[in-house]
Amino acid sequence: MDRFSVFSSRLVTKSENFTSGHRACQGCAEALAVRHVMKALGRDTIVAMSTGCMEIISSPLPLTAWKVPWIHNAFENSSAVISGCESGMKAMMRKGRIPQKKINFVAMGGDGATADIGIGPLSGALERGHDMVYICYDNEAYMNTGIQRSSSTPYGASTTTSPAGKVSIGQHTQKKNMPQIAVAHDIPYVATACPSFPFDLIEKVKRAAEMPGGAYVHILSVCPTGWRIQPEDAIKYGRLAIDSCVFPLYEVINGKYRISYTPYKKLTVAEYLKGQGRFRHLTDKDIEKIQAKVDSDYLKILKRCEEDA
Amino acid sequence: MAKPMEQIKWQELEVGSVVVEVGNAKEYETGTWRSEKPVVNKEQCIKCGVCWLFCPDGCIVKAPEGHFEADLTYCKGCGICAKECPVGCITMISEEE
Amino acid sequence: MAKVRKGIEVSIAMADAVAQANVDVIGAYPITPQTHIVEHLSEIVANAELDAEFVPVDSEHSAMSVCCGSAAVGARTFTSTSSQGLALMAEIFYIAAAMRLPIVMALANRSLSSPLSIWNDHTDTMMVRDAGWIHLFVENGQESYDNIFTAFRIAEDEDVMLPVAVNFDGFILTHMIEPIEYEDNDTIAKYLPAFKMKNTLHPDNPVSMGCFGMPEIYTEAQMQREDAIRRAYPTIIKAWKEWGDLTGRYYHPVETYRSEDAEYCIVTMGSYGETAMEVVDSLREEGEKVGVVKIRLWRPFPLDEFRKAVLGKKSLIVLDRAISFGGPGGPVASELRSALYNKEGAPVIVNYVAGLAGRDVSRNDFRNIILEGKARAGKGDTEGFTLYGLRG
Repeated sequence: MDRFSVFSSRLVTKSENFTSGHRACQGCAEALAVRHVMKALGRDTIVAMSTGCMEIISSPLPLTAWKVPWIHNAFENSSAVISGCESGMKAMMRKGRIPQKKINFVAMGGDGATADIGIGPLSGALERGHDMVYICYDNEAYMNTGIQRSSSTPYGASTTTSPAGKVSIGQHTQKKNMPQIAVAHDIPYVATACPSFPFDLIEKVKRAAEMPGGAYVHILSVCPTGWRIQPEDAIKYGRLAIDSCVFPLYEVINGKYRISYTPYKKLTVAEYLKGQGRFRHLTDKDIEKIQAKVDSDYLKILKRCEEDA
Repeated sequence: MAKPMEQIKWQELEVGSVVVEVGNAKEYETGTWRSEKPVVNKEQCIKCGVCWLFCPDGCIVKAPEGHFEADLTYCKGCGICAKECPVGCITMISEEE
Repeated sequence: MAKVRKGIEVSIAMADAVAQANVDVIGAYPITPQTHIVEHLSEIVANAELDAEFVPVDSEHSAMSVCCGSAAVGARTFTSTSSQGLALMAEIFYIAAAMRLPIVMALANRSLSSPLSIWNDHTDTMMVRDAGWIHLFVENGQESYDNIFTAFRIAEDEDVMLPVAVNFDGFILTHMIEPIEYEDNDTIAKYLPAFKMKNTLHPDNPVSMGCFGMPEIYTEAQMQREDAIRRAYPTIIKAWKEWGDLTGRYYHPVETYRSEDAEYCIVTMGSYGETAMEVVDSLREEGEKVGVVKIRLWRPFPLDEFRKAVLGKKSLIVLDRAISFGGPGGPVASELRSALYNKEGAPVIVNYVAGLAGRDVSRNDFRNIILEGKARAGKGDTEGFTLYGLRG
C-alpha cells in the first residue's frame, strides 16, 4: 500500500452509476473495474454492453444496476451498437431534433467479445472513427459460460477447453495482443489498465472519453473463479500481474507510447503464477519459457516508449 | 419497488422490456450470499478509504464517526477490504459468530 | 409542389423515398441486388440532399447492430439487405424486433447459398419469418416507393414500435426501370410525422434496454411481442388507407383479381402477381373460372381477409418461391393450409415451388401451373409440393 497516497481515494467521486445489488461473484475485479470506469465517465454516458458476465450480473429483468442509459444487444456487437447510438445522436443534434450535449459513447465487452467474436465489429467501429470509447474487461477466458479459453487466455493457463493434461500444457497459444491491434487502427488513444491501480484506471478512462474519435482501454480484470484464487486476493493478483510486467500499464496517445507505471522492483513471473490454480501444473521449465516471453514483450514496449519520449 | 419477476404480468412490461427504474438492482440484497463478514476496528481505522475504493460491490460506506464499514445488505463477504486495508483494521469473521 | 412521374430504376426510387422520409441514420453494407439503394443513398447524403449519417459498416451483422443503436436513441433508421446478408444479420434481426426498435428495411429478396446464386426467390425472407418483424410484400416499382413511407408510418406508431421489412424481388424489381409517381415532400411530411419514442437512450432520462430474462419472465416478454404484432394490424390498415386517401393508391393485406366468381385461384406473393393477372386474363377468355389472390401482408398474417377471399373456392394453386426442406410444402402453402384447416368451404391446396434463384417463370409456365394445378386438385392430388420445371 506504499505505492500510492492512500488518502487520495477522497479525490474519487462518490457517485455510483453502477450500483450495489449486482450479482457478480465474490471478489470480482471485473465488477470493480466497471465501478471505476463508471466513476470516470459520469452521468452523461451511454453504455452499450456485450453479452457476458457483466451484462448478466447487472441486468436480470426487472432489475438493473445501471444508472446511466444502457443497452445490451448481443455478444459481438457492442461496438456496432454504440456506433449507431453515436451516429443517431449526431444526426439528431445536427438537425436540431434534440439539444446539443456532450455525451460519452462507450462500448464494453469481455475478452471473448473483444478479441474473438466481436473483433470485426470493433475493428469496423474504430476504423470508421466514431467518437466512442471501447473498454475491454479482460479476465482471460469465457468466464460467463464456465471458463473456456479465448484468444486472450495466456499461454499455459488451464481452462475448461484448454485443460492441462498428459500431452497438454493447457492453453498452448500466446495471448492475443488486443491493445496493439487497437493501436494499428491509428486511433487517438489506447491504454492498458487494471482496477488494482484505480487512479491510473480512472485517469485513463477520463482521457479516453475526452479524446475526440475512437479510444480503446484494455483492462486486466482478475477473476477469482476462473483463475482459481481466493476472492480476497483479486486486487493482489492484479498488482502482481503489473509488478511482474506480465501486463504492463501503458498508454498510446496519438501514436506515442508512454509507460504509466514502472515497478519499484520487477517481480518474477513465478511470483505471479504461483498460487493461481489455472497455472498450478506448470513446471519450472514452463515458467522459464513464460518469463522469457514476458521479458521480451516488456522490452519491446519500453523501447517504443523510449523512442517516443 | 420492482415486482418480483415471477409476479409480473406481460401487460406490465414496458415496450421492449425496457427497465425505466434505473439502479433498482439495489433492491436485491446480495448480503444474503455471505458466509463471513468484515468487522472494522474503529480505533485503528485511519479513514483512508482504500476499502471503499477496492470493494467490487460498492458497499463500503463512511460511518458518521468517520471510519469506513461495510453495508451488510450488499456485502458478499469477499474479504478484499480486509486484505487490502493498509493498517489491517478489518477482520473477516464467520457469520455465525 | 406536385406529384412527378419519373421513369426510374426501382432501387433509386426507393432510395429517394428514404431521403424524402428524412431518415437520420442509414446502416449500409453492399450486397447484390440491393446495392443500388445504398449507393444512391450515399450520393444523396454526400450531396447534402439529405442530412443523415451514412454508416458504411463492416458486415450486415454490424449494419443491423448499428440500426439497433441508432433506433434506440430515437433516430429514424433505414437499412437494406439481401440473402446472405440477411442470414448473417439474422441474430440481430430477431433482437431488433424483441427490443421493439422501429427500423425499416428494404429487403431485396434473393436465394441463399449454396450453390452461390445472386438471383431472386424468397428463401432469404422465409428464414426470418418468425423473427417478429412486420413483413410487407410489394409487386412493382410504385408499390416499392410507396411502401417505404407506409413502413415508417407503421413501424414508428406508438402502438406498434416494431421493425418493418419491405420485401421486393431482387433484380425483377431492384434493377427494373419503371414509371413511378413521386409524391412531393409536403405530402410526405403530412403523412409521416416526426419520430418520437417513449423510452430512448439519453442521459436526461436513463433506461436499461436489452436486459437479461430468466425463465420466470421470458414468456411474458415474448407475449408482449406477440401482442404488439397482432395489434399492429389495425395500424397497418389505417396507414395504407391514409396513404391511399392522400395519393389515390390503396393497399390491402390480401388483394384479389377477378376472384369474386372464380372457382379456383392462383396465390402469389411479390412481383409474380403481375404475370399471374395477365395469364388469368387470357385464361378467362378461354372460359376458365380462375382468379388471383395476392398476399401483401405476410406478418402479421391476415387470417380473416385471407379466409374471406378464398372460402367457397374449389381449389387454390399456391406458388411458393422457397422450399422448406423435408417439410409439408413451401412456406406459404403450409401457412395457408394451416389457415384453412377445419374451415367450412375451405378449398384444397395444390402447391408449386417455382422460380428458384431467378429461374424464369414465363406466362406459359404460369398457364401450365394453373391448369395442371386445377386438374390435380380435381383428382385430389394435393399432398406436399411440386418443384415446377425440374429436370429429371
